[in-house]
Amino acid sequence: MDVSQYLEIFIDETKEHLQSLNEQLLVLEREPDNTETINEIFRAAHSLKGMAGTMGYKRMQRLTHDMENVFSEIRNGKMSVTANLVDVLFKGLDALESYLSNILESADEGTNDNEDIINSLNNILNVGLGKVADNKEQQEAKQVVATETSKSQEELTKFKSLKIAEHEKHAIQKAKSIGEHAYGITVYIMESCILKAARSFLVFKALEELGDVIKSFPEVQDIEDEKFDYDFSVILLTEEKMQKVKEVIENVSEVKEVYIDEIEVSDEMKSEEESVANEGKQSTSKQAATATQSKESADKQQKQANKQTSKPVVNRSVRVDIEKLDVLMNLVSELIIAKNGLVSISSTENNSRADSGFNEQIEYLERVTTNLHESVMKVRMVPIESVVNRFPRMIRDLTKKLNKKMELYMTGEETELDRTVIDEIGDPLMHLLRNAADHGLESNEERIKAGKPEVGSIFLDAYQDGNNVVIEVRDDGAGINVEKVRNKAISKGTITQEQAETMTDKDVIDLLFKPSFSTAEVISDVSGRGVGLDVVKTKIEALGGDIECKTTLGEGSNFIIRLPLTLAIIQALMVELGNEKYAIPLGSIQTIEDVSYSEIKYVQTREVINLRGSVIPLIRLDQVLDVEEREIKPESLTVVIVKKGEKMAGLVVDNLIGQQEIVIKSLGKYINNNKIIGGATILGDGEVALILDVNTLV
Amino acid sequence: MEENSTLVESKQYIVVKIGNEQYGIDIQYVDNIVRMQRVTRVPKAQSYFKGVINLRGEIIPVMSIRLKFGLDADEITNATRIIIIKLEPQSAIGILVDEVKEVVTLEDTSVEKVTYNSKDEKNAYLSGIGKHGDGLISLLNIAGVIIEKEIV
Repeated sequence: MDVSQYLEIFIDETKEHLQSLNEQLLVLEREPDNTETINEIFRAAHSLKGMAGTMGYKRMQRLTHDMENVFSEIRNGKMSVTANLVDVLFKGLDALESYLSNILESADEGTNDNEDIINSLNNILNVGLGKVADNKEQQEAKQVVATETSKSQEELTKFKSLKIAEHEKHAIQKAKSIGEHAYGITVYIMESCILKAARSFLVFKALEELGDVIKSFPEVQDIEDEKFDYDFSVILLTEEKMQKVKEVIENVSEVKEVYIDEIEVSDEMKSEEESVANEGKQSTSKQAATATQSKESADKQQKQANKQTSKPVVNRSVRVDIEKLDVLMNLVSELIIAKNGLVSISSTENNSRADSGFNEQIEYLERVTTNLHESVMKVRMVPIESVVNRFPRMIRDLTKKLNKKMELYMTGEETELDRTVIDEIGDPLMHLLRNAADHGLESNEERIKAGKPEVGSIFLDAYQDGNNVVIEVRDDGAGINVEKVRNKAISKGTITQEQAETMTDKDVIDLLFKPSFSTAEVISDVSGRGVGLDVVKTKIEALGGDIECKTTLGEGSNFIIRLPLTLAIIQALMVELGNEKYAIPLGSIQTIEDVSYSEIKYVQTREVINLRGSVIPLIRLDQVLDVEEREIKPESLTVVIVKKGEKMAGLVVDNLIGQQEIVIKSLGKYINNNKIIGGATILGDGEVALILDVNTLV
Repeated sequence: MEENSTLVESKQYIVVKIGNEQYGIDIQYVDNIVRMQRVTRVPKAQSYFKGVINLRGEIIPVMSIRLKFGLDADEITNATRIIIIKLEPQSAIGILVDEVKEVVTLEDTSVEKVTYNSKDEKNAYLSGIGKHGDGLISLLNIAGVIIEKEIV
């Protein structure tokens, strides 16, 4: 079987399953009795095994199989979750990940058998089940049977746990009275099936030819939308025999198994006792009883159902090659440039009344292009979750490695960023987290001594702020000792004694981002090689963002990463300097002020203004950019107040032109201008305007 | 080498005039030749960059060969052209020349290698001297001209 065409799907889905295994295992470690989690894990492991098997990755299949065995014993309550077990399982996941990366590179899983992991898994299994190694084989065989075919009849005949509503009961009774049968059917579709919705549709079609489907779980709509795992259950009213129905379903291809049984309904819910003999009957009434008895369990089930149906929603997507999106984006850019051209023609030509129709159309075009741009941008946006969801696992590993108790708290995982940024941001974040864990947090003993909670906290918060996305990596550790950094910098020769004295604390902290500057006294393999923060900074700057650090001694440090939301098209304020035009990204602009000369004050020979209580330094753009000064001095200055984080500055410009949507183009790699210019854009009349990078200026 | 003239390699060059000298640019790097157009100055850029132009929606930096070679500043005339060079697919660069004269085919035999002289940095910009008719053409080593060695 040629599986190459499914390779991509396999890789994506395996990644998803591994991620969910990672997450669920972490939960399991904390709550060893959480059956929902165990079920989730079991499902993911099972699907993984099935997929690996279909694709012919035998080693991967074997490892997942053994892991699944362990999971199934836990699920059956025969084994308890121990720290040792979780460790081995995590090792197993790592091994699976390395298989996956081999597959990514060469479409081959590699040759590592990971015998040791398999052995320790089996050992745990044997010890956990209190069995000796002799009957390992036998037990293994049992395991295979147990997992491969049927865990237990009860588990697989899910239709028995269907809740039957009152009117459905009536329908069943009525059908029985006219000689029809009511069958509960659970259909399992093969895990390898790509179009499971289509398969189930065929099953439904076949069933509907035989009789009436009065109930299905999940709902028919959800099944059509692929919001189900690999099984679904229905209740069918038909005149046909059970065997016939079963055959009909099994004729549909890619159906793995079918369980069918007659359903009996009791007239009254009380009749529980009398239905003990009849299994089907029992479970229906029991189900009804549970429904009335404990809302809690119903809720739980509801939750579970929600969980089941909500997960595939994420998957309801088309995977598009990012290059195709780039092409689309470029076309949108072209369109916007063309539109800007029309706008500038319409505004320069004298507007007689005959032109009003033309203007209307241009405004319409403007609206459409803006919306189009937004939609295309949105397509490229990915929640940051896909990057950060591997961090809890990382922190867990670090806890063991560093022997420090710590917790990671994350918020804002749903914050969206451009795909290209998402791909790059993982490593810098990981680095910051490792730093926080290794250097930031004190050891548990020190924490207790300092009167802090023993368990250290690391926070990862993401949120949107104007045109930026901000990601903060915070810890409640010791904070950065500014004096220590200062001394270190002097001893390393980074700065001189005199410089050190005039430097503010903030300047000193910024030294941390300089290449080869690590203050960790002990170099560990977690962090502290001195190639850390500067790499983080370079990477983030390459993405058009910046990073700053705030710290309070004894209370912790906070690294704040600021990233541009969009990379290609932004709203900008066009300004004039001399006879040149520049664009300032709107996202960083706070206000625009008219400042008279008398309001300018001097602090340390720098021009500042006092704006509603805050002192803001002025930046004379004409001097910074070497623009020829205008001969006529205006009576007052036009100042654009910009913000970078909490820092503000006033950019002095000659003239304001107005707001415009601009397409950011790179200046290419040949021109080197100290990053003051972030790019260029093409105006409506074909002229080029340069975009100021406010983050570098301030 | 001169015996088997049938196998002699030849290359096409675009001959341009900068000041009184003739320079040849290997045609395989030339993407386009455009007339002088409005150049937007880029502040704080290297001094030999005139700025950027908009070439059909693409932003292209323009470099003055004269300034790079330490000659007098360019005088823009009707004959001034910008030669768009593409060393790599994604990054084009424009070079300002006084005049574009012709395209010539030079055989390797009529190209003399320049001896490397570390004292004369201009030498690094040349790949050889071509003889064409009774004139000499300095063949530009485009990569050497464009790619920055030291940060100015």
